[in-house]
Amino acid sequence: MQSVILNALARLFFVAMLIFSVFILLRGHDSPGGGFIGGLAAAAAYTVITLAFGAAKAERWLILHPVVLMGVGLFCAILSGLPPLIGDFGGFLYHLWWEGQIGFLQLKLGTTLLFDLGVYFVVVGGVLSILFRMYETGAEEAN
Amino acid sequence: MSTDLLVILPIILPLTMAGFCAVFWLRPGWQRWITVTGMTLMAAAAFALLAGVLSQGVMVSQPGNWAAPFGIAIVADPLSALAVAAASLVALAASVYAFRGVSENALHGGFFPLFCGLMVGVNGAFLTGDIFNLYVWFEVLLVCAIGLLVVHRDGVNLDAAVKYAALNLFGTTMFLTAVAFLYGAAGTLNFADLARVVPELGASAGLTFALVLFLLSLGVKAAAFPLFFWLPIAYHTTPPVVSALFGALLTKVGIYAAFRIFMLLFEGTTGLVGEIVVWMAAITMITGAIAALVQTDLRRMLAFLIVSGMGYLMMGLALSTPEGLGAASFYLIHDIIVKGAVFLLAGVIAVAAGSSDLTKIGGLIRTHPVLAVIFLGAGLSLAGLPPFSGFWAKVLVADAAFDGARPVLGGIALGTGLVSLLCVVKIWMEAFWKTGPEGMRVTARLPLVMMVPATALVLVSLAIGLYADPLMDMAARAGAGLADPSAYIEAVMGAGE
Repeated sequence: MQSVILNALARLFFVAMLIFSVFILLRGHDSPGGGFIGGLAAAAAYTVITLAFGAAKAERWLILHPVVLMGVGLFCAILSGLPPLIGDFGGFLYHLWWEGQIGFLQLKLGTTLLFDLGVYFVVVGGVLSILFRMYETGAEEAN
Repeated sequence: MSTDLLVILPIILPLTMAGFCAVFWLRPGWQRWITVTGMTLMAAAAFALLAGVLSQGVMVSQPGNWAAPFGIAIVADPLSALAVAAASLVALAASVYAFRGVSENALHGGFFPLFCGLMVGVNGAFLTGDIFNLYVWFEVLLVCAIGLLVVHRDGVNLDAAVKYAALNLFGTTMFLTAVAFLYGAAGTLNFADLARVVPELGASAGLTFALVLFLLSLGVKAAAFPLFFWLPIAYHTTPPVVSALFGALLTKVGIYAAFRIFMLLFEGTTGLVGEIVVWMAAITMITGAIAALVQTDLRRMLAFLIVSGMGYLMMGLALSTPEGLGAASFYLIHDIIVKGAVFLLAGVIAVAAGSSDLTKIGGLIRTHPVLAVIFLGAGLSLAGLPPFSGFWAKVLVADAAFDGARPVLGGIALGTGLVSLLCVVKIWMEAFWKTGPEGMRVTARLPLVMMVPATALVLVSLAIGLYADPLMDMAARAGAGLADPSAYIEAVMGAGE
């Protein structure tokens, strides 16, 4: 089904939702949010594209294959837990923090951000691999 | 290497490899090599951990530096380190075997990432020091196990997957409910903390309910009588490499969890529960062996022999003596290796003769004498004859039963050994000795990647049998650690201070 309104607004929604998903990811440090919810929001952004233009276009826009994205995410998450093991000052996933100022911007960065980014990618990849797969099966049955 | 690294490596190595496999999703051929490399590293890490535990005692890591009982502790004591080492050996053998035993469908469907994921779940369950975390690892390995069944995309495996999933999800849900009741009664989930708190609580309805639910759910997981019926249905249709992994590892994780929970929380099985476990063990043992004897399909027979083996393991729990638990620990290691070996060999036989139905094959000794000898070795170990590891495993278990004033149980164990010997003789006579039926298609050249890992596992069993002392010492330490958990509690609760 093609809808002119959806097609016209899909790109706009896509960009807005993707930016908002990153905002959710970042604010997850000490407010509601984080990698999981942010990932769901990003997956919803790609879902809008899938609904408007089909799965093929959404897959192109994702650049990476969704399962590959899951693998990358898993890597980020594992990587974020390794520093204490390598430096021998704590258990797996003991997170490190860096606080500083760049210009007027007060920053508090930690390895937790890398972990959350990993979760974000895993969730986007996981949800979209299911979605794309369902679209494929649906298309096969329709033919 | 630091303790923290050593304890966590058997979990994060396969997890990393699962991630690698996912990154190379579009190159399934590479995933084979990634998995073999990963399993080699994991086996090395597991043996390093075992060496560490044997020299330093119980090793604990607190991920995120959250001290027990508030964080989730990862704990390696002699039993868990031994189990991880044996599981890693079987996984390594299976990953080499998987160079030939995996269909194209399965390869593209993500067989190898799921393989790695299964090992994450298995090692996680062996190493966790937290009962809720144990539930999470159960889920991880359950999801990966179902995945390994459905990736083949054929009717038989899908049917097995549905049955396996339904019953095991039921078991896992009961386990979660039991954990909830336990938490309600004790207010903590850390094993070591529970072991301190629960004995002082006194009897309560919630605790009793939790105990019964643990018994039922772990009975499903460990395929104990009368809850074993899902296992032969689910295991015999799967590709050999999958059934080797399942047969060697999944039920063992269930019995391992039963050891941990009952010994740490309920100070062994005493009173009515003790009697129930004794009879569950006896009936599981004997029904498994007798049901195996009447089967005509090789892999169905082996599936029932898994059930029978679980009975021996439960005997250790039923006895709750250090000797009994030590014997069961020895049996656990023997069982992981030998069940892996026989299922891999069953796959080789199916390749050689074109079927695993014993009525349709025969005469393999003339075409494949080496395979006949190797399978005889594995079979004798399974039945408990010297010079293989099975002999010592069964002797130790029976001996512990007689010492533990359970002569009837010891007698049943010996009788069951006889029935399993009959099973093995039947398999060997049917597949190798009798003249093969007309029209049987024999494959003359067997792939080395299938023969070598299966043979290696049989040789491990032989080595343990010939040189049993080191493993007996380790198993005795594992048993003593289960019977008297004070070292475990001290290591976990002291680590945070």
